[in-house]
Amino acid sequence: MELEKLSIREIHRGLTKKEFSALELTERFLDIIGRKDKELSAYLAVSADSAVFQAKKVDEMISRNQEIPLLAGVPMAIKDNILAKDAKTTCASKILERYIAPYDATAVKKIKDRGAVILGRTNLDEFAMGASTENSAFFTTKNPADLTRVPGGSSGGPAAAVAAGMAVCALGSDTGGSIRQPASFCGVVGLKPTYGAVSRYGLVAYASSLDQIGPIAKTVEDAEITFNAIKGKDEMDMTSVELNFKSQIPSPKSRQVEDPRSQSGQIPNPKSQIKNLTIGVPKEYFVKGIDGDVEKTIRNAIRKIEELGAKIIEINLPHAEYALPAYYLIATSEASANLARYDGIRYGLSEQKKNLLEVYLESRAKGFGAEVKRRIMLGTYALSAGYYDAYYLKAQKARTLLKKDFDDAFLKVDAIFTPVSPTPAFKIGEKITDPLSMYLTDIFTVSVNLVGLPAVSVPVGFGGKLPIGLQIIGRPFEENKILGMAKIYE
Amino acid sequence: MIKKEEVKHIAKLARLGICAKEQEKFQGDLSSILDYFESLNKAKTEGIEPTFHPTERFLERDARKMREDKERASAPELAEKLIEAAPEKEKRHIKARAIF
Repeated sequence: MELEKLSIREIHRGLTKKEFSALELTERFLDIIGRKDKELSAYLAVSADSAVFQAKKVDEMISRNQEIPLLAGVPMAIKDNILAKDAKTTCASKILERYIAPYDATAVKKIKDRGAVILGRTNLDEFAMGASTENSAFFTTKNPADLTRVPGGSSGGPAAAVAAGMAVCALGSDTGGSIRQPASFCGVVGLKPTYGAVSRYGLVAYASSLDQIGPIAKTVEDAEITFNAIKGKDEMDMTSVELNFKSQIPSPKSRQVEDPRSQSGQIPNPKSQIKNLTIGVPKEYFVKGIDGDVEKTIRNAIRKIEELGAKIIEINLPHAEYALPAYYLIATSEASANLARYDGIRYGLSEQKKNLLEVYLESRAKGFGAEVKRRIMLGTYALSAGYYDAYYLKAQKARTLLKKDFDDAFLKVDAIFTPVSPTPAFKIGEKITDPLSMYLTDIFTVSVNLVGLPAVSVPVGFGGKLPIGLQIIGRPFEENKILGMAKIYE
Repeated sequence: MIKKEEVKHIAKLARLGICAKEQEKFQGDLSSILDYFESLNKAKTEGIEPTFHPTERFLERDARKMREDKERASAPELAEKLIEAAPEKEKRHIKARAIF
């Protein structure tokens, strides 16, 4: 049996029917990592001992005929900016190279409580700042579909691990596209939840009003199961909420599809519900500069849902062009404040100098890589006297305009379909010397974070051998609806 | 083009030590990125309120409720681990250079 190809439900069935043990499953994944990861470099650290220990615990439960949760025994990877107690959490940065997490992130605690097996920590752009993993202080992860290309970023390690069968699924984080773009580049499913759906407690902060933890998985259902396990209100994150969108957001239309959630968390027969849907396609997202294969593949995907009976309408998001500059001003401003904590005094790398200012300057000079420094500089500039109104405040006002664009669109449509990225995976080295060209790859993903919406990236085709993902954007807290739509592409 | 003096000033505000080569590199990078940001000037934002946080959009009721201010149990070893993480310490104190 090809254990590495099983979905979470198949694993659950196999374990409970004793077709294989959790230990066998974990050992298979550790073996694949041992063989493949030399080439791919998806993992920063593999925790074989604790993975085996956890797998044996699940096997004991099964041998005692105890009921086990869906995630029990499921081998998972964690992006290395999400804390797991007593494991190193480096954020792919020199400044945290030796940092040991003193507690679990809430999302990690939730998957641990459900018996998931954590295989290890996966690579990212330093502090999740980047679109390729080339900003990792340690190494660049390769795209499993083409080793000369990037896996995307910043969650490139988790996406490559899942795509290569080195984890069943993974936890990533998404601040401006960091789950969706690598999922698209590697041909896997990535969900960026509604802001507040998943607790950020224990996620190393980059831009706090944009960051969200979410799943990366081989199938939509696996992403859904993982999301359902990690979501929910957490008293350690006051911006987190219980997902109960019906009571919070009145549906703008009466003919909205019936609530697709059922007890099992599965969507019963999504295809029968498609014909009630209206899908918006923003013309601002199909502009010059978009790769021909990407445009063709996304148009085909839109045609597919139309053939199943959904109504397709062209919509306007008139302020779309402001999303990227607004995002980079807001994200870097928040980053410049969040990363002030790396001071060489409380934890992390410290240069012992004779006065306090030199400790700051030198610890940060040695600890941070070029892109992190660039973003701290940009954010500091945007917040500094004389520029605050022109840059930071202006960007937050543009955010209001973007929010209105989406509010208006969602009066007419149930979901918005766009490409995830203007191109498939690019070559390693192609954009790393030109920061602005790297930023431009985020053009279709950043609005979702600014407005706080949920969006899923689902593979819908290829350009040559390179996977291409469709982005489905939903109303706040309608994760289940967009996941239901994503299922028609499997 | 932003001036080299400005780059130095921002680095100082950000408490980032940067060498001469980095100053030059950041001068070019920041200038081209800030030029690109200029496109935001076209946005008509007169009379538009800023949105500082996405929860302003849909979390009117429970979300912004503060946690009750009471002592909560935490793992007994947590405090020790937090202190342990400090680069320089003496007993249970974290050491820093004098500021005066």
